[in-house]
Amino acid sequence: MMQADVKLDTVGYFCPMPIILTSKKIKELALGQVLEVVSDDEGIKKDMPAWCETTGHQMMGLEEEQAKSGPIYKAFVKKAK
Amino acid sequence: MIATQQIEPTTTLAQLQESKPERVTIVLLSGDLDRAMAAFIIATGAAAMGMRVTMFFTFWGLNTIRRRGATSSAKDWLRRMFGLLNKGGADALPLSRFHFAGLGTKMMQTVMKQNRMPGVPELMQTALDLGVRFIACTTTMGLMGITKNTLIDGIDQFAGVTTYLAEAKQGNVNLFI
Repeated sequence: MMQADVKLDTVGYFCPMPIILTSKKIKELALGQVLEVVSDDEGIKKDMPAWCETTGHQMMGLEEEQAKSGPIYKAFVKKAK
Repeated sequence: MIATQQIEPTTTLAQLQESKPERVTIVLLSGDLDRAMAAFIIATGAAAMGMRVTMFFTFWGLNTIRRRGATSSAKDWLRRMFGLLNKGGADALPLSRFHFAGLGTKMMQTVMKQNRMPGVPELMQTALDLGVRFIACTTTMGLMGITKNTLIDGIDQFAGVTTYLAEAKQGNVNLFI
């Protein structure tokens, strides 16, 4: 289990909302803090690393959990700039 | 005394790249709900990635940035009439297929709402909030009897093809939708 400083719940939101909400939320973090983005959109598995690569933040990892309604993804992003 | 400055080429280049974000330009010609949605999803996604995004609205694409119910103040009656018949507004766009006199579009909007998917008005507001620049094509505005006072607030520029090309020339991604 990865530890995060701030958690962002985007469950129920489709592309591009999780990424947009992430880009807004990350501004509130201090350098080096880790943001956990929770989503049920499978696209986040590819989109979050791509977003990190473009914006210069660090993708720490991705966890997948099985919920009743289907898989839930947790992406961990470290504010790096 | 003349002050001379030492320039380190690699850092200067890095700084230059830093200050010149990647650019995306999108021409929205279509006034269809599905196409407008695709355009705004790409625009907001790119803006969230830190890219500089410019959207150029022309022909039916202008309908997305029209205020609903605003009446044209075009000088001649033919264009005023056209502005009246051609309904605008981000929440009034038809689907390119399956519109079925409004029924199909209503169904799609209901499904979107049920799934908490943002519609065109919400996506457009998000785009504006993220700093996406909107350019309205003056030529087609004139043709279609669309006057400035009938468009939403937040339009960055009223311009023509040269403005678009000047921006697109520097773009990494240029889309025509």
